[in-house]
Amino acid sequence: MSLAKPAMRGLLAKRLRFHLPIAFGLSLVAAAAFKFTVTEPRKQAYADFYKHYDSTKEFNAMREAGVFESVRPTRK
Amino acid sequence: MLASRALVRGLQSGFWRRVSTSSAAWAAHTHDVDVVDCSVPQYNNRLDTPLPDVPFVRNLSAEQKKLKEKEKGSWTQLTKEEKLALYRLTHELSYAEMRQGSKEWMTVLGGIFIFLGFTGLLVWWQRVYVYGDVPHTLSEEWVAQQTQRMIDMRVNPVHGFSHKWDYEKKQWK
Repeated sequence: MSLAKPAMRGLLAKRLRFHLPIAFGLSLVAAAAFKFTVTEPRKQAYADFYKHYDSTKEFNAMREAGVFESVRPTRK
Repeated sequence: MLASRALVRGLQSGFWRRVSTSSAAWAAHTHDVDVVDCSVPQYNNRLDTPLPDVPFVRNLSAEQKKLKEKEKGSWTQLTKEEKLALYRLTHELSYAEMRQGSKEWMTVLGGIFIFLGFTGLLVWWQRVYVYGDVPHTLSEEWVAQQTQRMIDMRVNPVHGFSHKWDYEKKQWK
């Protein structure tokens, strides 16, 4: 008959004090992980693609292949 | 077919007798002990009601009545077996027994998979015997022409489709 009186108040505050930092930390980690595994490589891939991109050459290749309706392939 | 089977089963369980007597008279019979009178308090095994409305054993034998009399005196006089017997008079299941759980989930899961498998057979039959022909745009020739046109148009040249085509060697990387 000599049990300690259980905690009657502040239960939510106690839970929040424990879980909120963890929640914020994990969210930041998730965001950082996504940034460095997805968005940065993607930006780099686009940058590399367009670094040596010759749009005229590509246009002429597409024109010869016949995918445009405004310009037909050059008649040879 | 199902209706006739139900009718046979009903006949076997005294369907006509049940129809001819009222339900109260039927309950007074000792035939069917599954009839529960919901107008009086009932016993229940629930985790959130430790003391149900009525004790589990209502009709006490002579020995059990003697035990109840002894309970009216000092409880230190009761032996351990007597205390347990008194508990079992008022309660059917202990908390541990209520929380026990069973292996019913295996049966349920097995039944689900059996019926999913049967459904798969039905869907397969449907695919073979009910569905018509696939559109002509999914033929080999059409898909080849379509792929060539996608490569010519440079679809997704950075990460996707055309990125995987080698334009110099004219083959997939």
